[in-house]
Amino acid sequence: MSPDVSFFVEVVVGGLLSGVMYALVAIGFVLIYKTSGVLNFAQGAMVLFAALTFVSLVERGLPVPAAFAATLAVMALVGLAVERAVLRPLVNQPPITLFMATLGVAYVIEGAAQLAWGTQVHALDLGIDDTPLEFGGVLVSRFDLVAAAIAGVLVAVLTLFFHTTRTGLAFRAVADDPLAALGIGLRLPRIWSAVWIASGVVALVAGLLWGARLGVQFSLSLVVLKALPVLVLGGFDSIAGAIVAGLIVGAAEKLAEVYLGPVIGGGIEGWFAYVAALALLLVRPAGLFGRRSVERA
Amino acid sequence: MNTPMTALPHPARFRRLSGPAGIGLLLALAYGLVPLVAGDYLLEAILTPFLALALAGLGLNLLVGYAGLLSLGSAAFMAVGAYAAFNLSLRVPGLPLPAAFLGGGLAAAAAGLVAGLPALRLRGFYLAVSTLAAQFFVAWALNRIGWLSNDSPSGVIGAPRLVLAGWSFEDARGRYAVSLVVVSLLTFAAWRLVRSPTGRDLVAIRDQETAARIVGVRVARTKLLAFALSSFVVGVAGVLWAFAYLRTVEPAGFNLDRSFQILFIVIIGGLGTLRGAFLGAGFIVVLPLVLSRLGAALLGDGFDSGTLEMVQRIVLGALIVAVLIREPAGLSALLDRLFTRLFDRPRRVPA
Amino acid sequence: MVSSAPPHSSWLPSALRRVAPLPGRAAPRRRARALAAAPARSAPPAGSAILAVEGLTLTFGGTTAFEAIDLAVEPGEIHAVIGPNGAGKSSLINAISGLYVPQSGRVRIGEATFSTVPAGRLAALGVARTFQNLALFKGLSVLDNVLSGLAGAQRAGFAAQALGLPHARREAQAHRARAAEVMADLDLAAMAGRPAGTLPFGVQERVELARALVARPRLLLLDEPMAGMTATEKAQMSRFIREARERLGSAIVLIEHDIGVVMRLSDRVTVLDHGRRIAHGTPAQVQADPAVIAAYLGGDEHAGEAA
Repeated sequence: MSPDVSFFVEVVVGGLLSGVMYALVAIGFVLIYKTSGVLNFAQGAMVLFAALTFVSLVERGLPVPAAFAATLAVMALVGLAVERAVLRPLVNQPPITLFMATLGVAYVIEGAAQLAWGTQVHALDLGIDDTPLEFGGVLVSRFDLVAAAIAGVLVAVLTLFFHTTRTGLAFRAVADDPLAALGIGLRLPRIWSAVWIASGVVALVAGLLWGARLGVQFSLSLVVLKALPVLVLGGFDSIAGAIVAGLIVGAAEKLAEVYLGPVIGGGIEGWFAYVAALALLLVRPAGLFGRRSVERA
Repeated sequence: MNTPMTALPHPARFRRLSGPAGIGLLLALAYGLVPLVAGDYLLEAILTPFLALALAGLGLNLLVGYAGLLSLGSAAFMAVGAYAAFNLSLRVPGLPLPAAFLGGGLAAAAAGLVAGLPALRLRGFYLAVSTLAAQFFVAWALNRIGWLSNDSPSGVIGAPRLVLAGWSFEDARGRYAVSLVVVSLLTFAAWRLVRSPTGRDLVAIRDQETAARIVGVRVARTKLLAFALSSFVVGVAGVLWAFAYLRTVEPAGFNLDRSFQILFIVIIGGLGTLRGAFLGAGFIVVLPLVLSRLGAALLGDGFDSGTLEMVQRIVLGALIVAVLIREPAGLSALLDRLFTRLFDRPRRVPA
Repeated sequence: MVSSAPPHSSWLPSALRRVAPLPGRAAPRRRARALAAAPARSAPPAGSAILAVEGLTLTFGGTTAFEAIDLAVEPGEIHAVIGPNGAGKSSLINAISGLYVPQSGRVRIGEATFSTVPAGRLAALGVARTFQNLALFKGLSVLDNVLSGLAGAQRAGFAAQALGLPHARREAQAHRARAAEVMADLDLAAMAGRPAGTLPFGVQERVELARALVARPRLLLLDEPMAGMTATEKAQMSRFIREARERLGSAIVLIEHDIGVVMRLSDRVTVLDHGRRIAHGTPAQVQADPAVIAAYLGGDEHAGEAA
């Protein structure tokens, strides 16, 4: 391969791998949107909260597995609490009201996380060696590969869960047709609880991976801003869409940064994904995979 | 309410605060008493930012509360207003101050029009997310395009002097006065707008878009108009924020947190009411003061500014949730109920 | 599927509703309309009918809502569309008012012919409608709801309105006078200032009718305006509908389940069953039609009970 081509491939692969990380955050949104129809802006705050709790427990001398289990329990509780205290009382409100409520939740969780664990930056070492691997002249970050693998496993586990367990099947029924699901006697609240717990778990995994990359600090909650264009592109209600859109956004963003950045000035990753997603939406208004349904009048 | 409807063709008109007497009293206080008795700290650290934030909330409420279009990018339009006004007064020598304000508003309206284009194809969450594009693009442009900040290396620039017809409004009282006049004028204009047929069209689109289209509301045009008008008001608020309050123009003053702050003002104050923006802004400005006093009294030295910020976040977030659950019409509805209880009870007609 | 959703599912808990982008069919639809409308409009109007539906077919995915429907409504006539539940009556009204996109057939309104009716131009075409499950602007007062029915007639721009320029003021005054007239006709004057969302169901139906009548439509589409009403309310509503026709000369398409009301109120009746027109004619003709009797007896006995 010529150096130009291998550099291009390197950029694309790097972009795809960070795209997996975007998708990881986006999946947390999709889970909740599919069942309760709310865009949970607090997902980013949950990522921060999970990472901060884990790091702080480890720093206080807890062994890693114990800290992981404890954080898992805490995140499940947070998810459950949000569902009970916020979402359920608002169950018949317009979607936009629910969304604004999750903005409030995001503020509460961010504030509580930092009030409890402090505002300093924590390093998080997951013990993954970050020396780049070389594949035929293309350098690939080992950390990114491992992160992508973990994300892949999580998606597989979720898929398995939703296709084999009773709760999972109920979840899919609710996602397909909430009214019919209600009609055949599925208990929505139980499914909502399960889904919020699941999104807490996804937040923990995302928090650990993102935290290891960026350091555990307030800005971690801003990964939500990376996930949103992915969601717009993939559709709020499609896990497959979130993954594919994550890959597209990741690759496009890196390519734009490398090849477009020098032309129009650097730092375009803050808005490029949004503009790209919007442009695509003009062609396909329901995103790549989203269900093509109109907002009811 | 148990008052007979035939006697009260429009019950809202009889609420104390929105009645002519209430408005007159408030204006008399704001124009007469406050400048006489208020100290510099109250004027420049509390009342001036209050006015600018209230105006921003008023503008956003036109979009979110009246037209039902959620925007998360208000700070971007504030920034466009502030930078446009700055560049106008910098590059057009002798431009009178009101023209700079107007230019800032018009530039923000144009930006809002562009940012509102996705509203023709998207709604709900998709639209809300798309407004973030404006937020991040504007922040990027202001940081990257040196010309906009007159090639200042730090990106921070001093606001032009507030001088009109030889009179200086540079002191605390003057800046308060400028803010008050601008806010009064635009509030009056907004009041005219929401009571006009166009205001009715906005609410019609919010409540029932299909029916609005059928009765002949030009939906696409009206949505874009909502974005433009809202952004105009928000843009002028940005000019006030930079010129009258901060006295510098810098991108950091218009970040995503500011956008959320404006949205929170609207939610807490009351969606779809004009006075909601003032109540919400008052609340947002006073909350940190109250919390820091309270914290210092309870915890003493342990309550530092970092803790204060976190506690403030928690309280604010919890309040948003509580308001949405308990009183979606916000402080303005609470106030209505309070006034009814205080003044109307003795006169209430038994049902 | 895009349009399989009923347009007014207010019974659906909103938390469960998907908020999604506008359907992607807007652009192709416009093209299709332009293609079909151009040659058709030059053709001379076929007959005196104010509304002529020809061979209209609508399918959602695999299901057919209605097929090859013909319908002609003369000026000033009250034309009932009846049929058992699921016969496709509401879908037909929604297709005529441009909310659904039919697969084939044409709709002529006055002199203009469309393959897909542009919903945004209905008001300009002189068409008004009410909705099956009510579509009032809940946050507006009764007066404002009625005034909004004149949105299509609004000429003054927003700046003229905000500045209170003379022509805007004259227009606003004329519209208020017209709204007051309609509200008086429909016994709504006493509740002009009430928020529409707080009113009882029967009154909301009346407000919807007022919103539709205020623009003096030449064609009025009423989608089950008496659903859920008591006998007294139905009699009152029937009177309002008849008066509207007398005062404004509007042609009225009425979907109604109560056969008694239909027989008393309408000049002509079209009967749908399983998406097909099985009979049409005067109430007496239709009532005697064997196909109609079979459809009602074999299908939904409940619907026939009031006959």
